[in-house]
Amino acid sequence: MQRRLQLFVTCLGEQFYPDVLQKMVAILERLGLSVEFPRGQTCCGQPLHNSGFQDQARAVARGFLRAFGSSDAAIVSPSGSCVDMVRHHFLELFPPGTPEHEQARGVAARTFELSEYLVRQLGITDVGARFPHKVAYHASCHYLRGLGLVTEAKQLLADVKDIELVPLPEEDTCCGFGGVFSVVYPEVSRAMMQAKVRNVIGTGAAAVVACDSGCLMNIAGGLRQAGSDVRAMHLIEVLASQGDAR
Amino acid sequence: MSDAPPEYIDFAAYSRHVPTTIPAAVQQATGRFLDTRAARVAEMENWEALRQAASDLRLHTLTHLDVYLERLEQQVTAAGGRVYWARDAVEARAHVLGIARSSHARTVVKAKSMATEEIGLNHALEEAGIQPFETDLGEYIIQLAGTGPSHIIVPAVHLKKEEIAQLFREKLGLDAPADPVALTAVARTALRERFLAAEMGVSGANFLVAETGTLVLVTNEGNGRMCTTVPDVHVAVVGIDKVVPDWESLTVLLKLLARSATGQKLSTYTSFITGPRRSHGEGGPKELHLVLLDNGRSRILADEVARETLKCIRCGCCLNVCPVYKNVGGFAYGWFISGPIGAIFAPQMLGTRAGRELPYASTLCGACVDVCPVKIPITKILLHLRRRVAQGDRVAPPSAPWTTRVAARLARWSLATAWLYRLGARVMPVLEAPLARNGWIRWLPAPLNRWTRVRPMPAFKAGFRSWWASHTKGPTTP
Repeated sequence: MQRRLQLFVTCLGEQFYPDVLQKMVAILERLGLSVEFPRGQTCCGQPLHNSGFQDQARAVARGFLRAFGSSDAAIVSPSGSCVDMVRHHFLELFPPGTPEHEQARGVAARTFELSEYLVRQLGITDVGARFPHKVAYHASCHYLRGLGLVTEAKQLLADVKDIELVPLPEEDTCCGFGGVFSVVYPEVSRAMMQAKVRNVIGTGAAAVVACDSGCLMNIAGGLRQAGSDVRAMHLIEVLASQGDAR
Repeated sequence: MSDAPPEYIDFAAYSRHVPTTIPAAVQQATGRFLDTRAARVAEMENWEALRQAASDLRLHTLTHLDVYLERLEQQVTAAGGRVYWARDAVEARAHVLGIARSSHARTVVKAKSMATEEIGLNHALEEAGIQPFETDLGEYIIQLAGTGPSHIIVPAVHLKKEEIAQLFREKLGLDAPADPVALTAVARTALRERFLAAEMGVSGANFLVAETGTLVLVTNEGNGRMCTTVPDVHVAVVGIDKVVPDWESLTVLLKLLARSATGQKLSTYTSFITGPRRSHGEGGPKELHLVLLDNGRSRILADEVARETLKCIRCGCCLNVCPVYKNVGGFAYGWFISGPIGAIFAPQMLGTRAGRELPYASTLCGACVDVCPVKIPITKILLHLRRRVAQGDRVAPPSAPWTTRVAARLARWSLATAWLYRLGARVMPVLEAPLARNGWIRWLPAPLNRWTRVRPMPAFKAGFRSWWASHTKGPTTP
């Protein structure tokens, strides 16, 4: 039977990176998966939750449960921090005893970050991509520490044809995005972002790859600000590449 | 740093006005500590088990604090010491001043102590006509500079050796070269006389062993031992959270402390002080006084989530690893404890009205949680305190500005209402069109400029839903 899954595209993904989402669909369908897109989805509530507005976040999270809660298919998302929100923080929003608890537990257990889904759930590391460029990898904080995904993205990158992976100094140091942090303390955020950008440029890579839209928005903006032509790319863009474009 | 607790910690302003020399100095020092720490951790086969044991025993002690504090008091008293209880900084200062007066102290030598920073003891002593002399090299330097500490274990970490030489020239009239050995020699010479002249020594303690009433002091310079043995009177000011049940627990924590702090296996000096000297022939002070400081700790203890803050053993490792701290230094946090632990400690000790910015002074990256030797869930407590600020809880009413609360309501409305969200996704690309060029927006009006004044923003380009519609309808699905 064909494996079904539901796309959780995330609000940042939908607003800023529709091309990445299309490529994600292409990769999943190429692997023979049946992809569904629940139309009612908006946001997981993470921005509100991380700002301390738990009650407001709960209202948004209820929308997520309405959109995804009635299926039993895996929910796959291109963002580590959003998956961290659904997997770990939904249970704080809907603790045992609340009417939504069972549903929250359900979605928490079947929501996966894309690379996690490919490597851990499907056992796939080679998706048939070719990317003949030098690439550095940035380990996003919630992807790495929230979900404990240390090797997944790197395994997928290692199996891309003709790619050259170069180590990024301080790869697991935060890029300074931090969601609301980036606009509450923009100057501190900039100092951290500039350190990340310096490290990226120093590798001589053509692209820096990460698995979170927020970090990518920040790093891409920083690279542009620095006048660099290094591209900040989502892992999906590399995995969808057939060697034609950088 | 003033001794009255700050009324408002303006992290935004403080962090904007950090001299560029500070991040450079801080990153150099903390980088070194982290490297040696990593080497020590790699040598330990049972590091994670040790961390878990430490976390368990700290939490156990905190949840039975009444029992262990009473045992401690009995044992300290039995060993010939005297115990004082201080509900707050005022009471603690009064106890120390009372002891100083009755021992006719004119000068006091001090070992490095965060608890005396907390109660602003130096200022109180000076006002009473008693001269306090800091004897830890870092504390000696910041006392000359007239500032508070910018790091838990390295108070002068923000200063380069050239700046310290300059400070010595200005304050001491000495022409010392910018060389650590020479600068230390200058301080050593000046301090030697202070040790011999002081009537009273003041210290903190890293731990208090309840089983035997023993004060444990960890130092690298030997000054702690001098302060607590040379003068006739020794006063220790210690937070009630520093108690450990027994020596077995102590060994677990000592194994973690130095390794996490400086990357040493053990600090150069570990002093165990059980009571004053018992006979004239014995070394040590005639009197030992222990001031146990609450100052809000028992209030923190009542909060089940935030309670774990008090597990802290003040190693400073969370500062060393924090990318925010490394870019702003300690003073930006506006309190004597800075970095991630300061960001969760200060809002609880000072209240969220004064400290409401600090829980937000973090990207929630979690690097601190990974290294904390006693496994304090710092990001979880940051979120807990953000909730207190944003919407209030049993401890305090909301303290976030009304503009923020209105913004949160609007965000909820537009994110939780599917049709409104979809409408927004269609409208935004149109609205921003005049501002976008080549897919980037370089300028946005306030308050959105808080993003664009630091880096350009990618243009909105919601198109996934219409693509999906044609993709699923289309005759060919690749």
